[in-house]
Amino acid sequence: MNSSIKQKTLLIIFISVALVYIVRLFYLQVVDSSYVFYAQNNVLQEQTIYPARGLIYDRNGELLVYNDAIYDLSVIPDQVKNLDTLEFCKVLNISKEEFIATFARLKRQKGYSKWKPIVFQRQITIPTYAAFQEKLFDFQGFFVEVRTDRKYKHNNAAHVMGYIGEVTENDIEKSDGYYRMGDFIGISGVERIYEKDLGGVKGTRYVLVDSKNRTQGRYKNGEFDTAATAGKDIHLSIDQELQALGEALLQNKTGSVVAIEPRTGEVLALVSSPSYDPNLMVGRERGNRYMELLNDPSKPLFNRPISAPYPPGSIFKVIVSLMGQQEKVLNQNTTYGCNHGYLFVGCHPHSSPLALRGAIAVSCNAYFCQVYRSIINNPKYKHVEDAYTEFYKHAYSFGMGHALGIDLFGEGQGVLKKATYFDKIYGRYRWQALTTISMGIGQGELGITPLQMANATAAIANRGYFYTPHIVKKINHRANPNPKFTTKNWTTIDTSYFPVVIDGMQDVIENGTARIAKIPGIEICGKTGTAQNPHGKDHSIFFAFAPKHNPRIAIAVVVENSGFGATWAAPIASLMMEQYLTGKHDTRKALLERMLNGNLTHRNDSARFKTQ
Amino acid sequence: MIAPDSKPSRIDWITLVLYYFLVIVGLLCVYASVYKETSPNIWDTTENYGKQLIWIGISSFVGLMILLIDEKFFYAFAYPIFGISILLLIAVLVAGTTVKGSSSWIEIGSFRMQPAEFAKFGTALALARFLSGYNVNYEKDRKIQLFSAGIILLPMIIILLQNETGSTLVFTSFIFVLYREGLPGWILFAGFMLIVISVLALMVPPLYIISGMVVMAILFLFFVRRTKQLILITTGIIILASLMVSSIDYVFENVMQAHQRTRINVLLGKEVDIKGAGYNVQQSKIAIGSGGFWGKGFLQGTQNKFRFVPEQSTDFIFCTIGEEFGFFGSIIFVILYIYLLYRLLMMAERQRQKFNRIYGYSVVSILFFHFVINVGMTLGIMPVIGIPLPFISYGGSALLSFTILLFIFIRLDANRVNELRNFS
Repeated sequence: MNSSIKQKTLLIIFISVALVYIVRLFYLQVVDSSYVFYAQNNVLQEQTIYPARGLIYDRNGELLVYNDAIYDLSVIPDQVKNLDTLEFCKVLNISKEEFIATFARLKRQKGYSKWKPIVFQRQITIPTYAAFQEKLFDFQGFFVEVRTDRKYKHNNAAHVMGYIGEVTENDIEKSDGYYRMGDFIGISGVERIYEKDLGGVKGTRYVLVDSKNRTQGRYKNGEFDTAATAGKDIHLSIDQELQALGEALLQNKTGSVVAIEPRTGEVLALVSSPSYDPNLMVGRERGNRYMELLNDPSKPLFNRPISAPYPPGSIFKVIVSLMGQQEKVLNQNTTYGCNHGYLFVGCHPHSSPLALRGAIAVSCNAYFCQVYRSIINNPKYKHVEDAYTEFYKHAYSFGMGHALGIDLFGEGQGVLKKATYFDKIYGRYRWQALTTISMGIGQGELGITPLQMANATAAIANRGYFYTPHIVKKINHRANPNPKFTTKNWTTIDTSYFPVVIDGMQDVIENGTARIAKIPGIEICGKTGTAQNPHGKDHSIFFAFAPKHNPRIAIAVVVENSGFGATWAAPIASLMMEQYLTGKHDTRKALLERMLNGNLTHRNDSARFKTQ
Repeated sequence: MIAPDSKPSRIDWITLVLYYFLVIVGLLCVYASVYKETSPNIWDTTENYGKQLIWIGISSFVGLMILLIDEKFFYAFAYPIFGISILLLIAVLVAGTTVKGSSSWIEIGSFRMQPAEFAKFGTALALARFLSGYNVNYEKDRKIQLFSAGIILLPMIIILLQNETGSTLVFTSFIFVLYREGLPGWILFAGFMLIVISVLALMVPPLYIISGMVVMAILFLFFVRRTKQLILITTGIIILASLMVSSIDYVFENVMQAHQRTRINVLLGKEVDIKGAGYNVQQSKIAIGSGGFWGKGFLQGTQNKFRFVPEQSTDFIFCTIGEEFGFFGSIIFVILYIYLLYRLLMMAERQRQKFNRIYGYSVVSILFFHFVINVGMTLGIMPVIGIPLPFISYGGSALLSFTILLFIFIRLDANRVNELRNFS
């Protein structure tokens, strides 16, 4: 073969190869754009900057809740390469089986993606964190995220503050992808309701990483980064000292205290007993502790003051007195005799007959059955149903029978039946006052939460109106912007009908059923209640406000299954009012000791007939 | 020994300029692949690019020495040089250092070299000397043909024993030299077909291939003038090819090593192994593909800089060019490289002396083989065979040996004018 042809053959081979390679390059670099995307995927890592959660203070600026750094070990499963499992387990102090089990568990989680970071181990200890940080380069795909968990300075007000926990699948869906697995979210209490304020806004940082996932710098000098916005601080309306005293007084008892500042509707104390230490609900063991508390037969997680309805008992007589006047079937001079009761409702011995003020002071059952009868059987209305509907409206206007709208989660409605309810039971026009007579003394088809009781007291203290009770006084050092909390809610009772009732309530303390609650130098107006209930011994109930003029505190106390209102509820309320108004609660040492040490957890006697 | 009248003017300046262009591109690519904002000093000799710079200096010095040596030296010492390189190869087998699975390195202090690199020009010199001998007719003499094959196979076998498959395969490029010197074209074609059929045999069941070949043979015999001899030859070829096709599966499964099987499977698309053998190629394609038309700019490539491409300064150095200089830069690079090969081919052909021509063809063939395999591998169209891209890849002994290989030819070429003058 001719040598020049051979040379040309070789040349043609060279040029063919060059052409093939150029075509291939054209395909890779110009035609197929997916490689640009892959390249970005390789080097771009999205890092989340977690904002500090807002702090929580009490009304006087006392710090209640703050943040504590925790270290979560996260992993991007796709990036785990050449992992020395043995070494890894040693550093983390887990067994190989646990390691395998954890990975299997992560894979089963909904929303698992091997390209997305996922928390491998929550809240590793600081020594583990240090040891791990040293070997981070050996454990490709793993990294430590610093986050904050909550710490509680005092172990009070657990039900108010609530707690935070990991988001659920549902939260993630609702948040439109804002939350990702392992994020914290407020689960109950203020933490839940004010999640948007406390939580702040997460930031994002785009960094370039090398093949070993080591950060190499910012992406485009941080052009696409967003800064995290810290959560807003919140001031509760709670008075920490009052709250702590309330919890101490209710220890070893089951019950609630709600104290409200009538002038503003701010909740000063909200005690639920039994309670739990909020510091139990942080950290790795949160889930287990939650289950323990949930299964505790004494129901420490149950937020009694806002959700448990109680028959109000005699404190409802105050409301009935106001209704009667408003319906013009009662005035301050109306007298009724009492011969140890009214029909089947008994009464305790007292002087008779009595006018309204005296009847309130001694809590005469017969008197208020008469008043109730005259309201319901009021000839002004064609039918009993219409009269009862007026009764319903009055009670409703005090905040009964519906959720008041406090800024806490899980508020109950209480029980207040409409006329149609009785129509259903007895038939239309086939019932009248006597059918439901026990409602006149706060029994029967009535259920009122301690919050509703305190709110009604506040309405009486204000002589006819109340502000929706609320827990959060300030957000970000400015007044709570919710207009609901600065709007007066007027009751259906004219202001002129209040003085006589309030005088009666003052007599309760001065020379009536709750003389034990008297505090020298302070004019207290209150009313005891002893509520019969199907769960055992009567509930001890008391509500009051003080001082009589320009009231600063309205309070309701319920101590379950503990007897007369004056035995437990009234002294507890008195001690708390003293604390709030004078800053002292130890002037009556014996009373204080008796209340603090009273242990009612084993007393649950069967129901007895009662008259008060 | 310095030739009295060898003047620089006779040196092929275009080749020299191309050489330095490629070497500098290589240095920049090595720099780019380890570049960090924190250590931007290109003179830092503790980093790869600093070392490469030193090696460029050493290579330039050695190159200059070669240009100053009398060209007769290479003819005279062709066999001793070959002998020394064979001895070195054997020495490595006995006392070599194992690096990345191949025991092909000799370590003297901190200096490491791979004798297989030097065996390339040793073999080229020996083959040129042998075939240019007096009264040697490669085309006709069967003994000569066998002996030349022996010269090529000897280093190949030793290198194969060192577990250095890539370098072994480089020696197959001498088939182009033999082709130029009289090896029939059908052997080159048959070799090509052998590769095609082998690849097919791994992808398609053997029975299909054999049936296909039989059908093609019958069609072939149908259209040409049938002679008894032609029918016999065709039948023989078909039988041999069928045997080969049937045995390839066996060789593949039982003779080849696992990592070689995986690499071939990945290349043929039979196995998707993004994290294993396919990882290199996938990352290489990502790096090149993400360069786009104009590239990301010098030192701006993220894939190389952040070490997503394995061996990015040695075997996969072309990724840096692809990523940072884009399609535009890549084309220029490919064209310049092919132009260098073309230039060397022209130079080889213009030699009056057979020794010079054969040596020139050896240089072209070796460089071409490296280029095809190395660039093709980064583009994902050639199997992953770990051989460097001459003049570009990081590595001292490789750069030095390619420089020697090339400069000997430049030196031989520079003398052709003298030859003319002497003979006229």
